[in-house]
Parts: sequence; C-alpha cells; structure tokens
Amino acid sequence: MSTAPTTEAERPADERSESTWGTLRRGLALSPELKVGLAGTLALALVYMVGRVAVPVAVQRGIDHGIVGGLDLDVVWTVVVITAAVLVVTTTCGYLMMRRLFTVSETALANVRTRAFRHVHDLSMLHQQSERRGSLVSRVTSDVDQITQFLQWGGVILLVNLGQLVVTTAVMLAYSWQLTLVVYAAFAPAVLVIRLLQRRLAGAYATVRQRTGALLGTIGESVVGAPVIRAYGIAGRTERRLDGAIERQREAQQRAIRISILGSSVGELAAGLALAGVVVVGVSLGVDRTLSIGQLTAFLFLVTLFIQPVQIATEVLNEAQNAIAGWRRVLDVLDVAPDVADPGEQGRELPPGPVDVRFANVGFAYPGGPPVLHDVTLDIPAKSRVAVVGETGSGKTTFAKLLTRLMDPTTGSVLLSGVPLDQVRFDSLRSRVVMVPQDGFLFDATVGENVRFARPELTDEQLTAAFTELGLADWLDGLPSGLATPVGERGEALSVGERQLVALARAYVADPDLLVLDEATSAVDPATEVRLQRTLDAVTRGRTTLAIAHRLSTAQSADEVIVVDRGRVVQRGPHEDLLKDPDSVYALLYASWLEQTR
Amino acid sequence: MTVLGRAIREQPRIFAVAVAGSVLFGSMVIASAYVVGGVVGDVVVPAIARGSVGVGALALAAAALFGISVLRVVGIFGRRLGAGYMQYRLQAAYRRRVTRRYLELPLSWHHRNSTGTLLSNANSDVEAAWYPIAPLPFAVGTLVMLIGAVVSLFLTDWALALVGLAVFPALFALNVVYSRRMAPRQARAQRLRAEVSGIAHESFDGALVVKTMGREAQETDRFAARAHELRDALISVGRLRGVFDPMLETLPSLGTLAVLVVGAFRFRAGAITVTELVSVAFLFTVLAFPVRAIGWVLAELPRSVAGWDRVRRVLDATGEMPYGDRRLDPAEPRPATLAFDDVHFGYEPAEAHLPGTLVLGAVGFTVPAGKTVALVGPTGAGKSTVASLAVRLVDPDSGTVTLDGVDLRELTAESLARTVALVAQVPFVFDDTVRANISLDRPGIGDEDVWAALRLAEADGFVAALPDGLDTMVGERGTSLSGGQRQRLTLARALAGRPRLLVLDDATSAVDPRVEAAILAGLRGGAGDGAAASILVVAYRRATIALADEVIYLEQGRVLARGTHTELLATVPGYADLVTAYEQAEQEREQDRTYDEVAPLTSGLEIEVDR
Repeated sequence: MSTAPTTEAERPADERSESTWGTLRRGLALSPELKVGLAGTLALALVYMVGRVAVPVAVQRGIDHGIVGGLDLDVVWTVVVITAAVLVVTTTCGYLMMRRLFTVSETALANVRTRAFRHVHDLSMLHQQSERRGSLVSRVTSDVDQITQFLQWGGVILLVNLGQLVVTTAVMLAYSWQLTLVVYAAFAPAVLVIRLLQRRLAGAYATVRQRTGALLGTIGESVVGAPVIRAYGIAGRTERRLDGAIERQREAQQRAIRISILGSSVGELAAGLALAGVVVVGVSLGVDRTLSIGQLTAFLFLVTLFIQPVQIATEVLNEAQNAIAGWRRVLDVLDVAPDVADPGEQGRELPPGPVDVRFANVGFAYPGGPPVLHDVTLDIPAKSRVAVVGETGSGKTTFAKLLTRLMDPTTGSVLLSGVPLDQVRFDSLRSRVVMVPQDGFLFDATVGENVRFARPELTDEQLTAAFTELGLADWLDGLPSGLATPVGERGEALSVGERQLVALARAYVADPDLLVLDEATSAVDPATEVRLQRTLDAVTRGRTTLAIAHRLSTAQSADEVIVVDRGRVVQRGPHEDLLKDPDSVYALLYASWLEQTR
Repeated sequence: MTVLGRAIREQPRIFAVAVAGSVLFGSMVIASAYVVGGVVGDVVVPAIARGSVGVGALALAAAALFGISVLRVVGIFGRRLGAGYMQYRLQAAYRRRVTRRYLELPLSWHHRNSTGTLLSNANSDVEAAWYPIAPLPFAVGTLVMLIGAVVSLFLTDWALALVGLAVFPALFALNVVYSRRMAPRQARAQRLRAEVSGIAHESFDGALVVKTMGREAQETDRFAARAHELRDALISVGRLRGVFDPMLETLPSLGTLAVLVVGAFRFRAGAITVTELVSVAFLFTVLAFPVRAIGWVLAELPRSVAGWDRVRRVLDATGEMPYGDRRLDPAEPRPATLAFDDVHFGYEPAEAHLPGTLVLGAVGFTVPAGKTVALVGPTGAGKSTVASLAVRLVDPDSGTVTLDGVDLRELTAESLARTVALVAQVPFVFDDTVRANISLDRPGIGDEDVWAALRLAEADGFVAALPDGLDTMVGERGTSLSGGQRQRLTLARALAGRPRLLVLDDATSAVDPRVEAAILAGLRGGAGDGAAASILVVAYRRATIALADEVIYLEQGRVLARGTHTELLATVPGYADLVTAYEQAEQEREQDRTYDEVAPLTSGLEIEVDR
C-alpha cells in the first residue's frame, strides 16, 4: 500500500462509516425519478423469475404423473404446453422489465451526471484546486460509468438472482422442508466464508483502483513532462518508475483475482455438498414415501437453480460494492455546499453604470494557513484605473480573487457600488466584473470561438473589430487562418504570450464595467505590452480597471497605485507621489525595476 | 482473431493451463449431468421402489457428486487463475511497451497527439485489447463441452440428440446475432463516454475562466448535450439486452421441455430409461449458462480489435530521434560553444488538412564558450523554438545545430543531457519531493549540490521554510507552490547538473525583478573563476539583456540583427522599440502631462507616428 499523501477532499473514514443502505437512500432522495414505476418493474422482475422455476416444476409433473406413474402422454403434453405458454409470458415480462429499468436508470444517472458537473463548477476556486486534477473529472465520468455499467450488467443479474433465490426457496419448501434445510445447511458455512472473503476482496479492489490511479498519474507525468524527460536525459529513470507502477498494478490485480476465485470455489464446493446431501437425505425420505422420484429430481434441478444465483451474486456483489462506492463519491460531491455561493433569487443586481469598489476591514487567510491580508480598508472610485503592486507573496493576487468573489474574505467585506459582494447575484456579477487570470486558459477550439466564449452571439466582424481596437489586428492577420486558427489543447499551438493576447481579447469583448487583470500580460513582449496598455487605457476609459502587476510600467500609467507589503496596504497614490519618499516600499520596487529595464 | 493468436503465442504455457482447467470444468459439467441421472436412475429409483436404502450405493453416489464438485473447483482454479494472470501479464507487458515507445518517440510526435489520447492508449486501449483473454479459455472449454455434450447425447439416444442439435446451434446463432448487433452500439457508447470525459476534463481545467466569465450554465449545457447522447446510447444498449437476454435464457428451457416430450415418446418406445431422460434434461439446464460465455468473447472482440489498432498505432509509429554515439569530453568543466548554421524549422500541422507553419528560416548564430547571448524578439517570433533546437528537443528541418563543433544529432543521449540544460518558459515539476525534482536521480548530485543549486536560484529560502525541507512533496504538477517558486525549482534543477550550456527560455517571468537580478548575478559570477557555462537566454528585461555579450534580434523566425545591446539599440529600430518600450511609454506620459488636453490615444500605431 502506498502511503502517498493525498490532497483529495475525500473523507475515507466517513466513506466507510456510511452503510450501503445509507448511500442508496441518499441516492434515491437525490434522484426521485428512480422510484417512478419501481413497483411495476419489480413486479415484472418477479414474473420473469417464475420462468426459471417453471421448468423444474414441469419436469417434476411430467415425470411423476406422465412417465413414472404410468405413461400418459396427454399429461406430458398438457404440462409442456402450459409451461411453454408461461415461458412466453415470463420472457416478455423480462424484456419489459429490462426496458423500464434501463430507461429509468440511465435517465436518472444522466441527470445526476449533469448535476454533479454543474455542482463542480459551483464549488469555490479553492475547493476545486484542493482536489487532485482528474479526481473531479472522474466524479462525472468513471464514477457514474461504474454505476451505469453495473446496472446494465450486474444490476439485472442481481435483481433476478435474488428473486430467484426467494422463489426457488419457496418452491423447494413446497416440495420438502427437510431437503431445503439440507441445502441451506450446506450453503450456510459457504456464505459465511464468502462474506469474509468479500471484505478482503473489497480491500483488494480498492488497492487495484488506487494503483491504477497512481499508474495513470505516472503515465500522465511522462507524457506531459516529455520535454523535461528528454532535455535531462532521464528516460531511464522514468522507465523504471513506469515499470514499477505497472508491476504494482498487476500484483494488485492478481491478488484480487486470487481472492475472487477462492470465493467462487467455496460456492462450488457448497453446491457439491448440497447435491450429495439432497441425494442421501432425499433417498431416505423417498424410502419413507414422503417424497416422489419426480419431486427428488425436481429438487436436484432446484439445487442448481439455487447454486447459480448464490455464485453469481457473490461476483456481482463485488461490482455492486464498486458501483455503490462510485455513487457515494458522486453524492459526496453533490453534498458539498459551495462555500462561495450564489445568493440566487434573493441576491441583488449591481446598480447600472460604472462600478466603485470598497474594501472594509478585509482580512484573508487560506484554510489552515497564516493570514495573507490584514485588515485592509480602501476605496477605489468608479472609472479609476488602479494598479496593485508588491513583491511575490505580498498578497496582491488575493485582491483580485476577493474582488471577483473567487474567494470570500475571512473577515470584513468587499462592496461593489455599495452592495456587499456576497449579496450580488452571480449572473449580474459575472457579466459586469471580469478577470483575466495570468494563465489565460484556452479551450481546444479556434481563436474566434475562444474570444466569443462569454458572448456567443458576436459575429466574426465584431471579433475582428475588437482585435483591431486592441491594436492586435496585425497579430491576428499573421495567424495561418485568422480567427479560424485552432489553438490546440489548452491553447498549446500558440505561444504563451499569444495565449495571453487571446485571453485579453476574450475579456475585452465581454464588455465588463470592472476589469481585473492579474498579471495578464506577463509573457507578452514589452513593445506589445506597452501598446496594449495604451489601447486598454483608451478602450476601458469610463470603466473601472484594477491591474495586478509585476511590471511597473503598468503602475506608472495608472491613476493610482496600491502598494501591498506582507498583507497590508502600505502606500497608495499616483506613481509620482509615491516616489517622493525615497525609502518607501514603492520607491525601492521602482528602483529595482528601473535597474532591470534600462 | 490475430489479436487472440498473438496473445496465445506470447503466453502459451499459461494459456494451456487455463484451457486445460476449462476443459476439465466442462467435462465435469457433462459428467455431473450423467452422474445425477445415474444416481436418480440406479440409486434413487430402485431404493424408493424397494423401500430400503443400500448404504454402500448411496455413499458412492454422494461421493461421486461431491468428487465431481471438487474436480470442478480444480478446473475453475486453473481456468480463472490462468486466464486472469494471462490477461494481466499481457496488459502489463503492453503498457510497458507503449510507455517505452512514448519515451522514444520525438516531441513532434507528442505534439500531434493529445495528452488524453496518449493516456487512453496506454490505459484503456491496452485493457480493451486484452479484455477477451479472460473469457477466452472459458469459451474454448465450452466449445469442447458442447461437442462432448452432443456426442454423449448421440450415445444416449438419437432423438434426444436431435433436440440438442436443434437447441445448441440455435443458442449459439442467437448469441452471434446478439454480439453483432451489440458491437456497434457498445462502440458508440464507448466513443460518447470518451467525449463526455473530454468535455469534463477541459471544462474543469478551465474552471477559473468559466467561473470568472459566469459561463457555468453554458458549459453545463455543452456537457449535458453529450451526456444525454450517451444516455440514449446506453438505453439503446439496454433495450437490445432486454430483447436478447430473456430469449437466450428461455431457449434452453424450451429445449428441456422438448426433451420431456420427446423423452416421453422414446420412453414409451422403450428406447431410453428414466435415468437417461433425467440426465439429458439436467444437461440442458447446466449447459445453458456456459454457452453464453462464447457470446461474451464475441461481443468483446470488436472492442478488442479497436483497442489493439490504437495500441499498434503507437508501437508502429516511426520518427524516433535516434541519438548518435559521439560524446563530448565529460570531465571537461569548461563552457561549451553552441552554433546554429542556416537552421530552418516548421511545426508539423496538428491535423492533416492544416498547413504546417514555418517558424524559423535561415537562422544562424553562435554562443561562444563562456559567453552569454540574449535572444530578443516580439511575441511569436520563434524564440522558444530556438531554445528547443538548442537542447535537441526537436531537430531542424535543414541546417545544423552544433555543440563544440559536433552536430547534436551525433551525440549520445547521456552526453547531450550532461552538457546542456534548458529551463522552459512554463515550469514542469514532478509529483515528487523537492530533492527528487532537482536531482532527478542523476548520478553525482548530492544534497550539497541540491542546496548549492537552490541558493544560486534564490530558492533556498523558501525550500528551507517548507515543512519537510528537501523531502517536501510538491504535489501533482507542483500545485502546492507558487508560479515563481516552481520556476526557481526548475532553474535549480538545471543548475544542479552543472551544464556547460544553459538555455533559459524566459525562465524568470514569474519572478520579481529584484529576485531575478539576484539570480542572474549569481549565475554570472557565482563560480568566482569566470562563468562555468555558456548561456543562451530568451529575455525581455533590459537588465537581463544588458548582461549579455551579444544580442540576437529575431523577428518572424529570422535573425534580423546581431551585435551588442548598444549597437542594436542604435541601428535596429524594431529592437529599440521593443526594449525601450517602457521608457518611451514614460516619456509619452510626461508629454501627455505637459499637454494635458491631448485626446485619448486609440492605437499604438498612431503613437509611433507622433513620435
């Protein structure tokens, strides 16, 4: 077992403590549509099972009344025709049962999938980032797939087989309670052993899953990190790590299958024991005339009908455990209340017009971390252009995240145009306040589609016009297919600087009243940056902009500079004023900047 | 079939074990039917008729029934263990082969394939390719069992055998039809699953953009549309299953009824005994289930073939970048000379219908031993491509890149890696400790070297403050570190190997100017006895550029000018615009302030005309 620390926000303790029934109840509460027509489906399943018992009963009737007790072909015919008719009915019921089951369950699960997807987007940025990459994805993919695959395969089998156990037991009891006891006595120890093995098997499968995850992580690293691996000549090291992960997965798989085989062997032996026991006891009963030959024969058939579901059910139960665990993980995600929640209907709209910003005694600390911002109070008037500067780790990016409500302050509050941010409806907030993050993520689509992201209704002409307004027309013309140029996975067909240009254009066409730039042009060349800065100043006139900058050229052109140092605002004012004190934090930062740039 | 053939060829012994186990199991299934029949006919009927129990015969019957069970268990063990081990071994072997291939294939090949595709090639495709291996021995055993059953039926009674001949082939045919019709539906569901997963991956990766632009609802719609297609595909799979599963189950039952009717007639004719009738009826009951195993193999085959094809595509991919066998003197601590001579380079298009873009044309320059050369140029000029060529992440289309006069393509992998080091623009860190990320298990890099490299990269401070120091796990892709911290870690990684040529691709962009200045000063004068490495640095900051002995100015993939910073500043307008952009901006602001009434400027071009 690997003891690698995991950042996953899963609670393994809880996961184990919740019972299967608990999960089922929670799941059904979340998907009430699953219960629609459930009674009908179960009734159909019950009829379907009757078909399985019909044949042994027919054999018994046929042998007892048609063959052994004096040959009577009419009896045989009657029995056969009736049974055949029953089979036609039960087969039809089987079809109807499955049809209903699949339609209802797939529809419900597709809805759960979509809801979980939306919910992940509603979680706060902090929560999203605390989850391991890929683990959120598997909540809406492989976890749900596991449930649907189980339902398609094992669910029906489990349902039918459990029913079969019940019906078979009933018929067996009708024939002979003594023999039924024999069968149960033979299976009781097996069931106990199988249950024990089941627990170990669940552990073994958990190990397989975990090692498969680790293997995927290792392969992913070797694929994404291919340039580093090549540049540093560490293919050998990578190979060893991959081989190790592959071997560990294989060992876990083999261990799981060994336990699983042990389980089915125990079932098989129990079956042999039951058959032998039925013959021995059955003959004694037959001698006493309490059991006919046909009944005993039917019983031997019934034993096989009893064995099959027990064996199959043990295998299917493993899958059921996986499916339930998957369901539980999906439900757990859905149960996480978004810690930065949309006030929704009760929320307020931002008043129309330019936005002003007020930080009132704002403090912030990451969960479990030291405070990053201390008691910040400041006002940013509407239509002003403000730059926030400070050293790495000073807390300047936290400003941007609080302002766009990616996070909520630990203390104090942020107000936009006088409205506390946590009372502003998200649709109002997101359409009026837009942030350009440093890593301007692009979707695997064309340049045009990426820019159009927030405003799908824009035409190509309008997009081209936007690029022209930003002074980026030349750059756009230089692309192989202009707006139709594909940007590749995560925008990787473009250079890092070019990705930032597209991200900026995307925010620009969204037409916000408050634009927040978080080092949005850090990888763009200085000439382009200065040009962009100037055009942005022009086109955003009349709106409020706040730029987090480590290139102080941005600060120079701002109406006001806010200097952050160790979580506090230490200076604010226009560039020139701040320089007047040669020992101030800003003066030192600026001196260093000058040294760097000229 | 060729896939299965290959599987058997690769693991013949274990396959033999599995098939032997399966055949044993199959024989015991048939035997059990006859033993049950025999027990009923020869022990039960006489005993009940006589009204007394023959203890010996009864014990024998019980022993026979239980003994057969034991043998069946042996068969199950052989079959399932063999099949499982075979499947897992093959999967592991092919995962090794596929990932080896990833390491061998050039970056240009990696660029053409998305991360998701490569992940699923190594994972689910390999799994799919060998998936039918698990039920294969069962299917082979069942085939043997079926033949045995039909033969034994003929030995019992020809009329009952005819019933068998009607039922079993019908069952088999139904299975084949089922599999055929199921395969395209399964394939469609599989494809949609991948698409749903692709959307989720991308959408969650871009969660910040989705959130800040308030596009959650639209993203959910995009996801829901595909999720609903998947739902429909799965329902269609389910409905088909609903049609065939009950039929497959009913068919043997009808067979048993037929046996009863035919058996009654044959009994009247005196051709069979009750024993035989019971045996045959029992045989139909126990055979029904295994016959379906053949259907499972058939159903999995198309998926397996598709998976295998995708695996083959990786294994058969060509275009390795073989290394040469020349080595540069490894003990030599002096800096190396890098030379580009008439280098052309174009990226291959990601998709076949797109034009490949020429990135570099006729690029030639030299980084003399011990010197620092700065590569300057506007966004998208091809600077990162030059950096990739310099450390042979890619090979030029034409022209040569040489180190100390030796073509990079002639060097061994080890010699190349020990001589040059690249610090990329976007830092990549492994999900491992700080120490492992810096040393990368390269020989001769101890903790002192790691700390020395961290000091040089100005990263010793924050690493020392980490809870476990060098042993701190940095998390997947270094998520527990800030961008600047990641950059400094990768810088330290490059320095730790004491390269003779260091290539920095805008490697300090996320680092504050003051920190960057300290790093560069350390790099230049750190060794005390002059520079230990030649440096090729992609940079925008003037302080960085000013440290360079020579500047190469790149525009649209061509070297437009080279010389010292002062020379270029005086003679190359494009260069001057680029590096003095901030000063100019400031001067203009001064002017703005003087003539306060100047209207807002709307484009950069006008500014230049004004000036």
